[in-house]
Amino acid sequence: MRSLAQTGAAARFGLPLLLAAAILGWWEWGVWYYSIPPYSLPSPSGIIAALIRDWPVLSVSLWVTLQTTLAGMALAFAGGVALGVLLGMVKTAENMLFPYAVVLQVTPIIAIAPILLIYFPAPTVVLLTAFLVTYFPVLSNTITGMRSTDRGLEALFDLYGANAWRRITLLKLKTALPYILTGFRIGGPLALIGAVVAEIAAGTAGAGSGLAYRIIESTYRLNVPRAFAALLLLSIMGIIIFYTIVFISHLMLKDWHESAMQKER
Amino acid sequence: MSRTLISLVHIRKEFANGTVALDDFSMDVREGEFLSLLGPSGCGKSTALRLIAGLADVSAGAITWPSGGSARSGIGFVFQEPTLMPWASVIDNVYLPLKLKGLSRTEAMPRIMDTLALVGLADFAKVYPRELSGGMKMRVSIARALVTEPKLLLMDEPFAALDEITRFKLNDDILRLKEARNVTVIFVTHSVYESVYLSSRIIVMAARPGRVVAEIAVDAPYPRNEDFRATAIYTETCKAASQALHGAMAAHDHL
Ligand SMILES: Nc1ncnc2c1ncn2[C@@H]1O[C@H](COP(=O)(O)OP(=O)(O)OP(=O)(O)O)[C@@H](O)[C@H]1O
Ligand SMILES: [Mg+2]
Repeated sequence: MRSLAQTGAAARFGLPLLLAAAILGWWEWGVWYYSIPPYSLPSPSGIIAALIRDWPVLSVSLWVTLQTTLAGMALAFAGGVALGVLLGMVKTAENMLFPYAVVLQVTPIIAIAPILLIYFPAPTVVLLTAFLVTYFPVLSNTITGMRSTDRGLEALFDLYGANAWRRITLLKLKTALPYILTGFRIGGPLALIGAVVAEIAAGTAGAGSGLAYRIIESTYRLNVPRAFAALLLLSIMGIIIFYTIVFISHLMLKDWHESAMQKER
Repeated sequence: MSRTLISLVHIRKEFANGTVALDDFSMDVREGEFLSLLGPSGCGKSTALRLIAGLADVSAGAITWPSGGSARSGIGFVFQEPTLMPWASVIDNVYLPLKLKGLSRTEAMPRIMDTLALVGLADFAKVYPRELSGGMKMRVSIARALVTEPKLLLMDEPFAALDEITRFKLNDDILRLKEARNVTVIFVTHSVYESVYLSSRIIVMAARPGRVVAEIAVDAPYPRNEDFRATAIYTETCKAASQALHGAMAAHDHL
């Protein structure tokens, strides 16, 4: 007899994979059956072939994009949490700074990138835009988290005369942790979008050689299989970033937070 | 008669929204006694405890500690809800007050385990709060209040949400603890029976504004056990307390 967990895993991974296999098979068959040329639509096998053939070029681009995305993301996570802790604790600081954080957030990043390119080299702009789109969800979730402390626990810390540092590390940050991790989960994949937007804005003019730049370059040269291969790598990167964050946040919350609990009935 | 530990004189507490929680509220707390505050909902019992603990400030009047301030730093507070940290195990929840006093976990461990044994939770030390029943959570909360060996224990309806069996059991536990540690207890409750069973003295309060309406001594020696519930003193005192309470309640008050 199969256990409940096995059935769950089969449904969770088996079904999406089955769907993917069906769609890819249909795509492969369609390209072959209608003899569609690769510069119109490459077949899945053609994309894989391009990926293998162009791996020397694509791997370098992958590395470039990955590095800047992760750097922008790390800066945004650290900066968002640090600023969020400050704004969450000091109301006047929030009143003063939060409007600017909002302005930076609501201004479409695709419009900021070309302007940044006037002043900074392309790689710096890629990093900056990755940072800009990522920090806001982290910041606003951290602020909410810092404000969500249980009043009873707050009173307990008062009773035992806890200083501000203890209060932040033992109470506020712990309470905020699930909120912060939600911020990471929203912000992490956005970092990749930010990086790609900047690479596209920099275009061939930029010295950059990231994956988005490869896509543009390949379409100009009608090397469509390579463009698709680069796109595939970008998706895989996004998936890995997202699930790494999900996995880490699960590890951090699994002992106590309802969101990470197996439901029992 | 034992010495006065805390003296509340003509206390007034008005909240920012204009609610007067306490007005002209005066009482003395004597060293070593088990004092209950009995009154209808909203009469300011929790507010009085918070003022005594220094968690809120009085609007007028004064709270003095005639025997010196030393007891002030040794207060244990059991809140109306368990208020445990969900991210910390039972051990770490009980460790918190000692951690805030600067003790290392290894230093504190013997005391933590002793206190957990006292409330009968030694076997649940490594468990997280969500895996505990309501009564067990409350006992963790009590252990946390006791671990610093306070001279004064403030308890805000600690058993209100529990079933009668658990409640009776915890009542006896509290009496046992009080004897063992010789703490002064201020105990807030809605229940006439609970207050008589536990207390050496009961202060009956009325609402709007919160004030003292009666003071009832329970003339029965400790230790007490279930047999006490069958004595004449118990029945008489329950009747007196009940009358005082209902006399103090307006038509629209709730217990
Ligand atoms: N933070 C607050 N702001 C405004 N009013 C408050 C606040 N806390 C309590 N009050 C008011 O003060 C009064 C006394 O409240 P308190 O919590 O002390 O009552 P209580 O006797 O403990 O009631 P219960 O038995 O229901 O717990 C109530 O009328 C309540 O509405
Ligand atoms: Mg109350």
